Amino acid sequence: MSIHEIELSIPAEQFREDVIEAYSPKLGKKRKKQIVVNRVGENDATPEILANTRTAPGILTMRGCAYAGCKGVVLGPTRDILQITHGPIGCSFYSWLTRRNKTRTKTSESTNYMPYAMSTDLQEDEIVFGGEKKLMAAIDEAVALFHPQAIGIFATCPVGLIGDDVHAVARAAEAKYPDVNIFGFSCEGYKGVSQSAGHHIANNKVFTDVVGQIEKPKEGKFRLNILGEYNIGGDAFEIERIVERCGLVLHSTFSGNSEYEEFASAHTADLNVVMCHRSINYLAEMMETKFGIPWFKVNFVGADATAKSFRKIAAFFQDRELIDRTENVIDNEMEEIEKVREEIRKRCEGKTAMIFVGGSRAHHYQELLHEIGVLTIAAGYEFAHRDDYEGRKALPSIVVDADSRNIEELSVTPDETRYDPRITEKDKAAREAAGFKFSDYRGMMPEMPNGALVIDDCNHYELEKLIEYYQPDLVCAGIKEKYVVQKYGIPMKQLHSYDSMGPFAGFKGAINFYREIDRLLNSNAFRFAKAPWDAAPELTATYGYRS
Amino acid sequence: MRKVAIYGKGGIGKSTTTQNTVAALAEMGKNIMVVGCDPKADSTRLLLNGLAQKTVLDTLRTEGEDLDLDDVVKVGFKGTRCVESGGPEPGVGCAGRGIITSINLLEQLGAFDAQYKLDYTFYDVLGDVVCGGFAMPIRDGKAEEIYIVCSGEMMAMYAANNICKGIRKFAEAGTVRLGGLICNSRKVDREAELIEALAEKLGTQMIHFVPRDNMVQRAEINKKTVIDFDASVNQADEYRKLAQAIERNAKFVIPAPLEISQLEELLMKFGIAD
Repeated sequence: MSIHEIELSIPAEQFREDVIEAYSPKLGKKRKKQIVVNRVGENDATPEILANTRTAPGILTMRGCAYAGCKGVVLGPTRDILQITHGPIGCSFYSWLTRRNKTRTKTSESTNYMPYAMSTDLQEDEIVFGGEKKLMAAIDEAVALFHPQAIGIFATCPVGLIGDDVHAVARAAEAKYPDVNIFGFSCEGYKGVSQSAGHHIANNKVFTDVVGQIEKPKEGKFRLNILGEYNIGGDAFEIERIVERCGLVLHSTFSGNSEYEEFASAHTADLNVVMCHRSINYLAEMMETKFGIPWFKVNFVGADATAKSFRKIAAFFQDRELIDRTENVIDNEMEEIEKVREEIRKRCEGKTAMIFVGGSRAHHYQELLHEIGVLTIAAGYEFAHRDDYEGRKALPSIVVDADSRNIEELSVTPDETRYDPRITEKDKAAREAAGFKFSDYRGMMPEMPNGALVIDDCNHYELEKLIEYYQPDLVCAGIKEKYVVQKYGIPMKQLHSYDSMGPFAGFKGAINFYREIDRLLNSNAFRFAKAPWDAAPELTATYGYRS
Repeated sequence: MRKVAIYGKGGIGKSTTTQNTVAALAEMGKNIMVVGCDPKADSTRLLLNGLAQKTVLDTLRTEGEDLDLDDVVKVGFKGTRCVESGGPEPGVGCAGRGIITSINLLEQLGAFDAQYKLDYTFYDVLGDVVCGGFAMPIRDGKAEEIYIVCSGEMMAMYAANNICKGIRKFAEAGTVRLGGLICNSRKVDREAELIEALAEKLGTQMIHFVPRDNMVQRAEINKKTVIDFDASVNQADEYRKLAQAIERNAKFVIPAPLEISQLEELLMKFGIAD
């Protein structure tokens, strides 16, 4: 991005002071470290931000839970791992396709469990007497009805509290059905400080129990896995289209539009590219250590970012034909994009946006908005860690606290027979010296303008203050934020599920997004909306710690 | 109806003391219901002359919602109405949640209705106040007076103090009060004085000192309370005295739990930590 300095109508420092004023001194001190005014120095130096820390009780957070991160985000989008939520019905139902992860089976006969919400539907009786028997019965039923290749079991809060051992049940079930790979996730919602814990738990289990189980390399050259792309609104379909046009072979996507067998044989690919750094960097790291597959970060959100990412992939394979073909594809795709972009940019240039979502999206979507001249003046993640803000250079200085220690960190060593470095150490070093970055993520802050607000774990109070202070033209966040923003008369784009739209990734997705933002910004019906609090007086209260 | 809950360290003799006291109250002509809140379901054995009881939770599982009060209430010694809530086998599920389910169900079934003319309901609760479920009898006014069974042993006193913390928490928001400590003697040196001192610090009283007597054991082997087994023995009178003290009791307090250091000081003072 090219803007280096912005001037907010009210200085960001002022905003921070005013917001913190409402908090108790202890919370104010903490939030002050999580509300940062961006300043980018030499070598991408940025201020330090406090992230991946507990949300204060009583705060209306934008965050989700560990179960949502594990089942909802990482495993949910894959179609033929039969997924049983062990718990009362709500967890299963509300994590069922709510992110609009699409999938497309290879033939009409292929397995697809995504139209099903499977749950043990625990009742009070099982809470009192234990739910393991019912879980085993659910597995028996699942095997009898579907005979799947793999079954994933997801623990919810109550089964953690009563001590049901999903792993023991998984082991017993696997002994009973040796041809079914059955594994459990201890992803009780209360684990960790946000859904981030669930991502890590998902990565660990997929790594230990799935990846490397099947030796079945895909045919062809330039074989890659795309990690951290969840096919919301068809994003992965669009990326697959470009992958194919460029002549690359997509081995698997973790986990949008994916199959178990692709996961299980993912260790045979030549390269891992990482889209959502926060949710899946663990798997990329562990696969490199165990199997020797290098990884780097890509971004397929934004036409320019997509072009840049495909150029990097082509450059990695160092194949003239692939590089030329990729350039041709980019030229060809950009023609249409530039036409649309130019037209829309005229109407959107100079508008402002705020983005609070994800562990990567708040970063990725800035690029896309910037392409039509919309400037992001405030952004933050729900569940990211410092490396997602400041870049992986922050990793050595991240203090591991007790909450993070609660989430298992696997110790991984090279596989005795299957470790095969795809490029030699020497080659890698030479490429790095020439500026090619492996295992790296630059982070959101180095790519944001100076003076912009960066807010970790933003809450509803702060969001309303942001709207009041800066009157943004657009807010991008999740479903919990949507209606409040719209009631303020401000257009809102939901980036958890895109509401009913998509894809927004890749080239065609960029065009979809430009058009959607154009529509939102320039035919904004919400400005005619009267918020309930405009007509009737608001409830007033004082803070308990002040009295 | 007086609603009484008996707490105390595991193994201290809560069920034995409760049933013997209930037998004495029944002998005085009182109408009593005993609700066992222990998954082992052994709180009414002596009143029923054996483990004849089908638990509330088991009945709920087998009969479903189609459940009558008569399925779970058994009439025992001198008309005492006996209920066991039951619960999961050790290490499985959530026994605390079971207690909650069970007590709510008893209320819905009308177990405490006026037609039974109950003078007392006794809740006999497993061990310490380990979690929300086991605190159920002292929440929402289910039980209003608590007696803690203890002895002069350190861990029993420690548990009693801990239970007081639970009582204080719920007392401040509700109607529950501490009625006193029942010392079930372990023949520790200066035991009565020690428990009296502890009671004083907690702001309560030692309501009765029950001496150790093998008669209790003999009656238990015969699946009976002492009064049922042999109404003439000395120990039967001890339980009668305890029952009368409870009947006459007017001292109900919000306890003031001790710091652990205060508790240790107390033991030092009475020479136990020598």
